[in-house]
Amino acid sequence: VENVQLLDRLSSRKAAVGTLYLTATHVMFVENGSETRKETWVLHSQISSIEKQATTATGCPLLIRCKNFQVIQLVIPQERDCHDVYISLIRLARPVKYEELYCFSFNPKLDKEEREQGWKLVDLNEEYNRMGIPNNCWQLSDVNRDYGVCDSYPTEVYVPKSATAHIIVGSSKFRSRRRFPALSYYCKDKNASICRSSQPLSGFSARCLEDEQMLQAIRKANPGSDFLYVVDTRPKLNAMANRAAGKGYENEDNYSNIKFQFIGIENIHVMRNSLQKMLEVCELKSPSMSDFLWGLENSGWLKHIKAIMDAGIFIAKAVAEEGVSVLVHCSDGWDRTAQVCSVASLLLDPYYRTMKGFMVLIEKDWVSFGHKFNHRYGNLDGDPKEISPVIDQFIECVWQLMEQFPCAFEFNERFLIHIQHHIYSCQFGNFLCNSQKERQELKIQERTYSLWAHMWKNRADYLNPLYRSDHSQTQGTLHPQMAPCNFLYKFWSGMYNHFEKGLHPRQSVTDYLMAVKEETQQLEEELEVLGERLANLQKSQLNDNKVKSKQQDRSKQFGLSTSNKNLANTPQEYSHDLKSFPSRSPSQEDEDSALILTQDNLKSSDPDLSANSDQESGVEDLSCRSPSGGGCLPSEDSGKDSDEAVFLAV
Amino acid sequence: MEFAELIKTPRADNVVLHRPFYLPVEGTLCLTGHHLIFSSRRQDNAEELWLLHSNIDSIEKRFVGSLGTIIIKCKDLRIIQLDIPGMEECLNIASSIEALSTLDSITLMYPFFYRPMFEIIEDGWRSFLPDQEFELLSSMTDEWRLSCINKEFSVCPSYPPVVIVPKSIDDEALRKVAMFRHGSRFPVLSYYHKKNGMVMMRSSQPLTGTNGRRCKEDEKLINATLRPGKRGYIIDTRSLNVAQQARAKGGGFEQEVHYPQWRRIHKCIERFNILQESLIKLVEACNDQSHNMDRWLSKLEASNWLTHIKEILTAACLAAQCIDREGASVLVHGTEGTDSTLQVTSLAQIILDPRCRTIRGFESLVVREWLQAGHPFQQRCAQSAYSNSKQKWEAPVFLLFLDCVWQILRQFPCSFEFNEQFLIMLFEHAYASQFGTFLGNNENERFKLKLPQKTMSLWSWVNRSEELSKFQNPLFEANSLVIWPSVAPQSLQLWEGVFLRWNRPSKFLDEAHEEMLNIINYNKELQAKVNALRRQLAEMETDDRMQENA
Repeated sequence: VENVQLLDRLSSRKAAVGTLYLTATHVMFVENGSETRKETWVLHSQISSIEKQATTATGCPLLIRCKNFQVIQLVIPQERDCHDVYISLIRLARPVKYEELYCFSFNPKLDKEEREQGWKLVDLNEEYNRMGIPNNCWQLSDVNRDYGVCDSYPTEVYVPKSATAHIIVGSSKFRSRRRFPALSYYCKDKNASICRSSQPLSGFSARCLEDEQMLQAIRKANPGSDFLYVVDTRPKLNAMANRAAGKGYENEDNYSNIKFQFIGIENIHVMRNSLQKMLEVCELKSPSMSDFLWGLENSGWLKHIKAIMDAGIFIAKAVAEEGVSVLVHCSDGWDRTAQVCSVASLLLDPYYRTMKGFMVLIEKDWVSFGHKFNHRYGNLDGDPKEISPVIDQFIECVWQLMEQFPCAFEFNERFLIHIQHHIYSCQFGNFLCNSQKERQELKIQERTYSLWAHMWKNRADYLNPLYRSDHSQTQGTLHPQMAPCNFLYKFWSGMYNHFEKGLHPRQSVTDYLMAVKEETQQLEEELEVLGERLANLQKSQLNDNKVKSKQQDRSKQFGLSTSNKNLANTPQEYSHDLKSFPSRSPSQEDEDSALILTQDNLKSSDPDLSANSDQESGVEDLSCRSPSGGGCLPSEDSGKDSDEAVFLAV
Repeated sequence: MEFAELIKTPRADNVVLHRPFYLPVEGTLCLTGHHLIFSSRRQDNAEELWLLHSNIDSIEKRFVGSLGTIIIKCKDLRIIQLDIPGMEECLNIASSIEALSTLDSITLMYPFFYRPMFEIIEDGWRSFLPDQEFELLSSMTDEWRLSCINKEFSVCPSYPPVVIVPKSIDDEALRKVAMFRHGSRFPVLSYYHKKNGMVMMRSSQPLTGTNGRRCKEDEKLINATLRPGKRGYIIDTRSLNVAQQARAKGGGFEQEVHYPQWRRIHKCIERFNILQESLIKLVEACNDQSHNMDRWLSKLEASNWLTHIKEILTAACLAAQCIDREGASVLVHGTEGTDSTLQVTSLAQIILDPRCRTIRGFESLVVREWLQAGHPFQQRCAQSAYSNSKQKWEAPVFLLFLDCVWQILRQFPCSFEFNEQFLIMLFEHAYASQFGTFLGNNENERFKLKLPQKTMSLWSWVNRSEELSKFQNPLFEANSLVIWPSVAPQSLQLWEGVFLRWNRPSKFLDEAHEEMLNIINYNKELQAKVNALRRQLAEMETDDRMQENA
């Protein structure tokens, strides 16, 4: 469709005009104009909703909201075209078969062996070995081979040695969806473990001997402790309501030596609505400070983040400080339980704060234990009530921790944002389906590629320059501040307003420091070379001009100052009441606005964010760039007349 | 008056000091004329706390048996608690502190007694003279002149003795204009934009009154700044409503009929007690110890502090945009032209002028646009967030300005030569200081108090390399461009370095800062080494060649 307008939500500056293309996998907008020809790519799987608005004089507006929080506003001249696009997108954005998803057609031109290597990057058996498992208290159980006991669990599950197959199967019959207690994390130093399960089917009075034996076995696997925490991550009211349906929570009287604890994290429906409310705030056009803060507060989002963090902190404390094992569950044990176990692991074990460790953590607590990626993130057309930002919340918890502990994580914010993007993109097979069983049936590993290998290849872009493996923040348990901590949790504009580049700091400390570090490395190398040359020269008193030529190379490569100056920016809309004067000369493209056009703040790993954008011609991820775009000259929007009254009233 | 009269108990032993995030410390408390000094007795870790009485905003006392407790709330927002054994001692000390922290005579203030322990390399009182500023201007344009019309502070009591005005306007005209402007603050040059020759002027409101008085000289003066055929913007920092109401009191705004070449824009920047109350509410919210997430955000919102930040920044950006993008000259004023006007003119310069983002340049900006421009520091900074006095003239105008600078610094972390600490230091010294820089309300008062002779300038102390190193931003890379900050709510944050400074442990953030310094210093070190080696190599090579040639 030609002559489509792409509106900028943040300012009312002139919309970009271009051509809209629909491909099998992407929506693509190419701006007219000979030089820049900016492109915006959106994967169909990223589309969360499409809204056709009332036709105006200029055309028919179409609003596309994406799961990575991008919002695209188009105006299509012909109503009929708009309707066609709308109908096509509705169909394309809601595939019904896995085979329709992008990962089955995405081809990064790797051979079979490279693909297999990629899938082997994260190996969970290796991870349990790293924790010190199996040992004399814990062992690998084959009870779930062929998914015979629990179809949403992995085939390889670690359980206490004293838990026989009989106990496990018995316990599984007493748990929702047969998700019996299994090991999530083991703390070698304290012998304490974090186990996970679903809720018991206790109703008002039911008991299960095997389940009681199972919990006892977990407690006894930690010989130093005489009790076991059972953490129910639901609000007490919700858990009690479940009893009426024959489910519920552990009765302390029936289990020997457990301490039962509720930590109220709300359910997926509350979280979905909360995010919805927060996004509405993010989408407000020029909100006042009060609009924003009120909206943020009313959404309750940060309160929920804090609840998840508090649960994680509680468990990490129990394990690290008290040396007590913990069993965590919610209802089904695949949402809140995954959040809480992974936050606790992250606090406890510095390994999970490395890039590789974080990949392992997501594979372990989310992918292998049957977090329902397909349902939660709406990869295939399904029940909208199943959709909820569960892993988004976990990712945000990590970011909040990064803000509090700037030296503790090997990776940076970009790493988190890219993972979030790919959970929805379906470009890689990692997060397809709802369980390991389904993924195996689909032969995901043979037909798609692994995200982790891709990110690992580009790991230089994801490094936190402040991370040092021998720094005190990278040792042992992290202790987030508990009180008063209300102001510790902040709105993450880097995620929720990611595509409104104009809102972010215009210069990145991370990128600056990475550039310095890179230069430092080069200097180290050069120092060595120079040292050798000097020694040689002193020995032989020989001339060597090579050094000189090398030093020139280096200064060419590192334009530190220029690369950072490029982060200058353009003004945004400060006032609607700036009336343009008739005498005003047309604004020339002056230096600071021109610079942003050449600015290349996107790293090489970005292209896949918009997926297979034309890599050969070097046109990188333009979907990120377009909303804030290049020279947004304020004079262009100065014709806005919302405050005309001011002038008329004089 | 002797300070000794006010100090009945100069010393108390076995006093316990409580601070957030530190263990209580036992030690000795001493009172002097200007300081409260606490020193711990522990040999291994002797610790001293010196607190200026003038830094104390309010004190509370309470008793449990004979153990008295004094809670001291400071203007830098710190709160400390002292447990003092003995009811009489405690009462004496409390009343002394109360008296000494509220001395009503400026000449009794510490700056008049302070004797520096450092060598004075450069007298800060002479560091930023108007003549130097004018010299710089003269190198760019000859359309302006330095007028000594206010030499004896006879025309405008709140202006400095010399001001920069259009060349074509003589002193006689200036006198007439002064009669037409509130407090005689006639329009003067605030900033010259080298790139396109546009200017920013500032003044107070015109005294048009209800019957629309006009002043031909005033019109001529500001029109003199316009290029032929060009128009300018008047940014009134008040809402149209407020500006209209001002007419009833003899004030007003420039009417279109009389200023046809000017387009007026009204912005709404709050003043006086509204700002002071905002600060009080904000600090209250920050000190709230409850763990309730909800209450925090609504309290932050209710304080309106960030709303003020947004308003001020927006107005400043607008002024900068008119000058740089619209190619128009700008006149900024509110009512008196001593508060919101200065916030706007100084922030616009930070956006437009890279020089103002250097340490020296920023100091010069504070001197020009705040001290010499007659911001009444003495009145505005008399009390801070904990005071109960609630005087109309108290307002955190300067703190809001610093906060806005911090917001821009946060968005452009590599474009400023100074760091956050520099801004915090200025905040502290504006409210309580051993230096005379921020005493008095204008140059006139400072002159009468003989501050340059009798007190030390803050700049004399700051501009020494040992102090400067603390305030330098390691990420600084000169950026000659105009920097446009975002004023969206998502981009504005609470300035934790000031408002949560005493309420959060900063260990992990400090470590991060240190790490950053390490990375940069190591890089510099290597660069120096590489350069030295290169030089050495080059020398040896030339030696070689000479030998060969020989």
